[in-house]
Amino acid sequence: MAGITATQLVKEYPGGVRGVDEIDVEITDGEFFALLGPSGCGKTTLLRSIAGLEAITSGTLVIGDRDVTNAEPGVRGVAMVFQDYALFPHMDVGDNIAYPMRIKRVKRDERRSTAERVGDGLSLQGLIERRPGQLSGGQQQRVALARAVATTPDVLLLDEPLSNLDARLRLEARTFLKELQRDLGVTTVFVTHDQAEALALADRIAVMRAGKLQQIGTPREVFQRPNNTFVAGFIGSTPMNLVPATVEGGSIAIGDARVPVPVGTEGLVRDGQAVIWGIRPEYLRWSPTEQPGGIPAVVSVVENLGASVLIAVHAGELKFQVVVPEDQEPAPGDRGWIVPQAPKTLLFDAESTQRIG
Amino acid sequence: MTTTVTTPAGSAIAPRRRRADDVAGLGKARAGIFVAPALIIIGLFLLFPAVWTIWLGSTDYRLTGLQAASPEFVGLDNYVEALTDPSFWNSLWLTLIFVLFSGIIGQTLIGFGLAWSVRNIHGWTKSLIEGLVLAAWVIPASVASFLWLVLLDRRSGTVNGLLGTQGTAWLIDHPMESIIIFNIWVGTAFSMQLFSSALSAVPPSQIESAKMVGASGWQQLRDVIVPNIKGHILTNTLLITLWTFNTFTPYLVTAGGPNGKTEILSVYIYETAIPGGQLGLGAAISLIMLLINLVIALAYVRVSRGRTKR
Amino acid sequence: MTSTPTPTSTPTSTTTPPVAPPPNVRKVAANASLRHFLSRVAFAIVMTIVGVLFALPMVWLVLAPFDATPSLTLSWPDWTLDNFARLFENPYALRSIGNSLLLGVATMVIVVGFGALAAYAMSRIRIPGRDGILYGLLLLSSIVTGTAAMVPTFQIITQLGLINSYTGVVLVLAGGILPTVIFILKDFMDSIPKSYEESARLYGAGPFRILRDVVAPIARPGLAFIAIWTIVQVWGNFLVPFILLRSPDLQPAAVVMYTFYTESGQADLRLISAFALLFSAPVLIIYFVVNRRYGFRFHGGIKS
Ligand SMILES: Nc1ncnc2c1ncn2[C@@H]1O[C@H](COP(=O)(O)OP(=O)(O)OP(=O)(O)O)[C@@H](O)[C@H]1O
Ligand SMILES: [Mg+2]
Repeated sequence: MAGITATQLVKEYPGGVRGVDEIDVEITDGEFFALLGPSGCGKTTLLRSIAGLEAITSGTLVIGDRDVTNAEPGVRGVAMVFQDYALFPHMDVGDNIAYPMRIKRVKRDERRSTAERVGDGLSLQGLIERRPGQLSGGQQQRVALARAVATTPDVLLLDEPLSNLDARLRLEARTFLKELQRDLGVTTVFVTHDQAEALALADRIAVMRAGKLQQIGTPREVFQRPNNTFVAGFIGSTPMNLVPATVEGGSIAIGDARVPVPVGTEGLVRDGQAVIWGIRPEYLRWSPTEQPGGIPAVVSVVENLGASVLIAVHAGELKFQVVVPEDQEPAPGDRGWIVPQAPKTLLFDAESTQRIG
Repeated sequence: MTTTVTTPAGSAIAPRRRRADDVAGLGKARAGIFVAPALIIIGLFLLFPAVWTIWLGSTDYRLTGLQAASPEFVGLDNYVEALTDPSFWNSLWLTLIFVLFSGIIGQTLIGFGLAWSVRNIHGWTKSLIEGLVLAAWVIPASVASFLWLVLLDRRSGTVNGLLGTQGTAWLIDHPMESIIIFNIWVGTAFSMQLFSSALSAVPPSQIESAKMVGASGWQQLRDVIVPNIKGHILTNTLLITLWTFNTFTPYLVTAGGPNGKTEILSVYIYETAIPGGQLGLGAAISLIMLLINLVIALAYVRVSRGRTKR
Repeated sequence: MTSTPTPTSTPTSTTTPPVAPPPNVRKVAANASLRHFLSRVAFAIVMTIVGVLFALPMVWLVLAPFDATPSLTLSWPDWTLDNFARLFENPYALRSIGNSLLLGVATMVIVVGFGALAAYAMSRIRIPGRDGILYGLLLLSSIVTGTAAMVPTFQIITQLGLINSYTGVVLVLAGGILPTVIFILKDFMDSIPKSYEESARLYGAGPFRILRDVVAPIARPGLAFIAIWTIVQVWGNFLVPFILLRSPDLQPAAVVMYTFYTESGQADLRLISAFALLFSAPVLIIYFVVNRRYGFRFHGGIKS
């Protein structure tokens, strides 16, 4: 087993695009670590740099206690599951799983029996003789996983392993992946642009944007205390409400309304400072009657989420989204008040977009 | 678990140059080794002969005799000799006629005509027509030429039988016409296939709109089809020109005869250099041929560039 | 002659008979449709002649070998297989077919082996000016044709002492074919997802290993296509062996076919017709099978 430490890691593509820009990250042994960010932010690049498939431009990379910055991929002790699984179409499932062992000159019988054992562990019984083309997407994914873990690598890298599966299968595979990782205890880095997947699976999440790290933390930290407005907007199934506001005499002025300064930011803001006030739609309450600390608003759109309802409301110039229990569903055009749960509000500096407090 | 890694840390740290887009970890040196054998063969047996022609064409190299052992540099003498020799000009003229009638006109028109007429037919008739034309293209040249010798035979050839012209020696009385038709027979498949795919790419809606306003078949061809496949026509013409210009197959039918009446440039070079033994002179004419090829090929590149740009 | 199929009689069958138009436009329309009809007929006649022209030599090729007394005139055969028996007794005929096969396979091995290596490297490594080199090579191979380069090639091969040897013939043929092959194969290799190789590489496979275990098996259809294409090209090539080989024992079928009908005083039609069919059959079969399976493709179609 091994942890991964990247220091000031830069990967510059020919043409000057920095896929990964001065990234410092420490992934501990046995951790399930997610790389999260929008498309094109450099997640794949970072993963491939760890694998050794991209030559690192500058900085260092240590896996375990070895500096592998310039090492060949084959000697790093990493295994990877590609987004398209990269199962060899001309080999059957058994040979695919056994291929890494063939490279390491493991005897044929041993190869086959290991392949079968690992395959059984991933519910691939009876599929060993099939070709990849004769498998379903979920089965292919498990074969790819089996091949990756068959040689007990130090580090397992997964590039959007679930993105080729349909929504239902994805949930199943997610649980499966989590169990597998826990059983093997292998350090796992996994790339996704689906924040829900990252929140559900990872021990820690690194949020990236344009090649740079925005925040590293546990799912709870990233969800509750996003470092900046970008993370705040990216994490969560419905994006956080982020509205411009100003500090005025010990409270926050949002349009005509006043809300208290969030807990923990008292004394960190000065009067007249331009800020961004943030609150998740789940932490806003909708009230048809006037409430203390409430902001008057008009409902414009109502979206059904199943057990709850997402409503979009206008408060003067400002727009908010609010999650309302299904039995309190308002109709478009209704007037009322949105009431924030004070402890859940956050404040960001308007200029730097960093969280205050 | 780290025992799976056999390389000591030290060697792993040693900086290794790897290209960013080198997926198989080939490295430049190994890539060079991979490319080298092919490039060497191409260099030695394709590029070098072309360059060598320039030197060879300025010597009095002969197949046998004194000049075979120690050829002398004669400068532009060979070119002067070739360009002042009426038989060279005659050969060039014959080549022009041959290319024009068998390639540009014959193969293109008949190929187009065939593609046009089988376009709406399906089933076995289409397969039969296409199959026959393709078969003519595929069978070895020496078989094709023998079949035509049989067909055109003076005494019992089928053509004479069909036309009631018993005793006509086509290959002696009409040698150029014969090799032109022979070459059309051999080469039309290419044009037919090219135009078939071009025609199938013409949007049917355009043809239908022309039909709706009452355009005749001829008008449809002129106003809709030809503008749509202009690029293909040009491509086809240039490739056919290049190949027809370079074909040696008519030699198998008439051997350049009678009396040099079918001595197109390729045959002329062969006769001069190999049975004639004048390698130097032959090389000089070859260089002229290479230059003509170059011009046609460059025209082709220009045309296809222009097409991909649009 | 009665047996000659007339394939292009079909255009007439697509001619729609003029349908009676409404009375008020009858006169004008009748004129137009008559003209239309006549032009269709003329067209059909021309196409029929062309069709017969294409069919005649083929019919002889197919029928004469089975005729007990083949003549130059096309006639319904007096069926027999004796001609082939006679062919198998002729030492030159069979040996030349073997020679053609040997030349074809040898050239194919070189072209596929070296061509695949070069195409793979060119597909996977960005050498500056790579596409330029590739197009340059293709251009070169279409300019330096067998005929245009026959003199220098002949002279160089003579100087190298390779005249009258298969080595010379194979190398010259390979040199002419390789550029096209590299071009086609590179295209093919470009379409193989790189993640296969990356995945093998992660498990520690070296470049040769990757080539053998992953790339070659996946590229097999492309390689097979090239192999067949090369053999077909060499099989029919006349000029190169004709000028580079001297001894009759070494001649491939393409040249022997030619000597059969030029050098033997009275052509033995029973032998030649059977030989012509035997020699043509493999490429015809291959061609039509390939054409069926993969459709007709040109690939820069240099036919030297
Ligand atoms: N081979 C390359 N050459 C040049 N630029 C590249 C290359 N590969 C990626 N990039 C660029 O690097 C940046 C990061 O790409 P990367 O593939 O790492 O994004 P990603 O986060 O994985 O995105 P996605 O979620 O879409 O997979 C992008 O701007 C991309 O355009
Ligand atoms: Mg990616």
